Amino acid sequence: MITLTINGKAHSVDAEEAMPLLWVLRDILNFTGTKYGCGVGACGACTVLVDGAAVRSCSYPAVLAQGKAITTIEGLADGGTLHKVQQAWIDAQAPQCGFCQSGQIMAAVALLKEKPQPTDEDIDAAMTNICRCGAYAEIRAAIHAAAKG
Amino acid sequence: MGKVTRRLVIFGGAAVAGGGLLVGYATLPWQTLDRARQIGAREGETLVATWVRIGKDNSVTVIVPHSEMGQGVHTSLPMMLAEELDADWSLVRMEQAPADMAFANQGLARGFLDDLTGSVPRFLSGPLDFVARKTAEAMNLQTTGGSTSVRFTGVAGMRRTGAAARAMLVKAAAAAWGVDEASITTENSRLVHAASGKSATYGEMAEAAAKFDVPVDVPLKPRKDYKIVGKPIRRFDIPAKVDGSAVYGLDKRLPGMRFAVIAASPVFGGKLKSVDEKPALAMRGVSQVVKLEDAVVVVADNTWRAKEALAALSPVWDEGANAGLTSASIIAGMDAALTKDGLSEEYASGDVDAALAGAKKVVEARYVVPYLAHAPMEVMNTTVHLEGDRLSVWGGFQDGLTARVLAAKTAGLPVDNVTLNHTAMGGGFGRRLPDYMDYLVRAVKVGLQVKGPVQLVYTREEDMTHGFFRHASVARMRGVVDDKGRVTAFLNTVAERHDPPEAGRFNYAIPNQAMRYASGTNPLPWGAWRSVDHTQLGFFIETFMDELAHAAGQDPHAFRRAHLASAPRHLAVLDLAAEMSGWNTPAPAGRARGISIREAFGTIIAQVAEVSIGADGLPRVHRVWSAVDPGEVINPATFTAQIEGGTIFGLSAALHGAITVDKGRVVEQNFTDYEMVRMADAPVQVVKVIESGAATGGAGEPGTAPIAAAVGNALFALTGVRVRALPFRLARFGAGEGAK
Repeated sequence: MITLTINGKAHSVDAEEAMPLLWVLRDILNFTGTKYGCGVGACGACTVLVDGAAVRSCSYPAVLAQGKAITTIEGLADGGTLHKVQQAWIDAQAPQCGFCQSGQIMAAVALLKEKPQPTDEDIDAAMTNICRCGAYAEIRAAIHAAAKG
Repeated sequence: MGKVTRRLVIFGGAAVAGGGLLVGYATLPWQTLDRARQIGAREGETLVATWVRIGKDNSVTVIVPHSEMGQGVHTSLPMMLAEELDADWSLVRMEQAPADMAFANQGLARGFLDDLTGSVPRFLSGPLDFVARKTAEAMNLQTTGGSTSVRFTGVAGMRRTGAAARAMLVKAAAAAWGVDEASITTENSRLVHAASGKSATYGEMAEAAAKFDVPVDVPLKPRKDYKIVGKPIRRFDIPAKVDGSAVYGLDKRLPGMRFAVIAASPVFGGKLKSVDEKPALAMRGVSQVVKLEDAVVVVADNTWRAKEALAALSPVWDEGANAGLTSASIIAGMDAALTKDGLSEEYASGDVDAALAGAKKVVEARYVVPYLAHAPMEVMNTTVHLEGDRLSVWGGFQDGLTARVLAAKTAGLPVDNVTLNHTAMGGGFGRRLPDYMDYLVRAVKVGLQVKGPVQLVYTREEDMTHGFFRHASVARMRGVVDDKGRVTAFLNTVAERHDPPEAGRFNYAIPNQAMRYASGTNPLPWGAWRSVDHTQLGFFIETFMDELAHAAGQDPHAFRRAHLASAPRHLAVLDLAAEMSGWNTPAPAGRARGISIREAFGTIIAQVAEVSIGADGLPRVHRVWSAVDPGEVINPATFTAQIEGGTIFGLSAALHGAITVDKGRVVEQNFTDYEMVRMADAPVQVVKVIESGAATGGAGEPGTAPIAAAVGNALFALTGVRVRALPFRLARFGAGEGAK
């Protein structure tokens, strides 16, 4: 059994050592807001925060997250109040199909934690997640708006 | 999304339903309700495609027969209906129509569904024009594709339904108050009779309104009176997409549900010969191995365990006839096909052969484009649950009704025994259209052998290697430029032709022109991919036009201009794109610009791309200016996003995209070798719209059509290297200095 602290709550799961965090979240604990996109860490759809840093959970064994604080998209809002990045995403009407957006939002939260006023170059360097719909302009605008707000 | 229950769906036109007004409306543009009934409906069945329900609480629910995949139709279509209804937008809600015959034209639906190979029913294959046929397909069969939702369903259906419902409410109020219909005004979901001071909400008048017949011919509002259409309205689907609550197909969870991961024959058309199931069955969580004719499936208690166990198997395949295929052999076959007699002629005017034969100099070029994968972010998947003789299906489909019928056929059940539940859809781009629902069929086949609910998942690798690809193509172009710099002949010969009709055409005034094509040159499964044949033909035609401009020694913008003198809308977007981009001013040092124009799905779009070559020798696209005339725009924010997104989609293909084949197998496996444009590589885009008031065009696909040629033309302007084979990353330009 491993114990994971997800969005402030402890969960005990019976998962083998090699099992990536993504599948523990999605298929065992039903945190389905975190998405499977590629399984090889190439697209970022599965991005979650582990101790505040962006981690591609498809390529991160769940056992490594023991004793750390895991935040998923479901844990970002504070009660009924959306996180400022989520609100900025709505204001910019950023999502199209939306499937990559949990990962994009988590990556943006991690970026803003490290660099509260990111430049375009900072955004280029940190935001490497794929958006197949091509909503990059709206995502960039939303990050800048969240930095201001 | 709410649920529409069957008991609401009754009556021939309008009905009291749950205490409100329900308006269904025959929306086939070429006929009245009676004529439509004659074709399709049976006694006691409802001929409806689009619906609005008005509640006693004054709510307005618009029922939309299309799927939302990020293009915004779950908002833009209700906007169109609400506008004509004079509804209070804050009271408007949206429901996706259930995959139910009651929400489809019975006759048209049956015609199509009896023959799922896609042939058009006889009564539609006659003199009906393209728009009529597409309208029937798109609205009545719930297909979401071809950029049709707004321009067909919205224009022909939503607007008329909204206007009809409004007219019925006015009739009801006039009768109740004993006044003239003409003296009643409507605004914000209220009916007002100014002279007497009487007023009522739509909700209060809805039941009385339902007793009137649905008027067939109702005047529509002039655009100048629009209060909702044309305003940036926030999309209904977005809040659930930022907090993780949107349930996509892959997110469906049911008690006791199992996860199934599939490996189909790596060679197209191959069959499963045998597989030793033991290595998988010995692994943790695995409950079952299911053998299909052409695939092996491992069923487990989670996706990862199923995936790991599948990897432990060594299936033996009968690889069949395609085991020797390579990309080179496929392209060679296309080249050979183009030299043979008997090509089909798509169109011809003048005498192109004589013009070519009599020319002093013929400009010739051969272009090649590879296969492409749709690669939506959400891999193919479907969840099914068979309980006795009832089957439930969950997933994202670009046609819910066809999905339901296909599931029923596969399971050998009556359609009535199958429930199709729409989930959110993580991208479609054509992959989830009716002809390509292999994942649904396989999920049902697996579901028939598994006890309890099961979710079939394609891994990214399976999704990438087993698509219905954008087909590869080769084009041979021949053209003649006369002494005055005018094109006198343009012959376009291509391998494979699909859709849409306008993709092979252009509006340049050229006296002798023709397009001919070879068929049957693509052995891989292939199908519609965002903007369909525009992706190849846009590149071929607009690159060749650029080559002709240079042969004539003319500026590519001025050269196109000179050939568009009789096409004012095209001329306007071309000039706007040039103006926006500063075409006649020098590009920044180390950069150059290229131009391209297409008419796609009823929308005219001109693009200018500004490029450089990086220190690594690879092309960079810094800026793209798009000038677009879609006739009118419904929701400006989503329209711009669609043009930008469509451009990125085409740019990913132009710069990076190639699905290649070796030994009958797709080589590319994942985003590691099928790269996309990402944030750092995404050009700065400027989109400007001309609302000419012409017939409403599409938004989802036009942005994809011109971009490859615009980029290639810019690369030529910069380097003098004309790249005639995509993707551009494979071209050698030499290291530049213009990288940002």
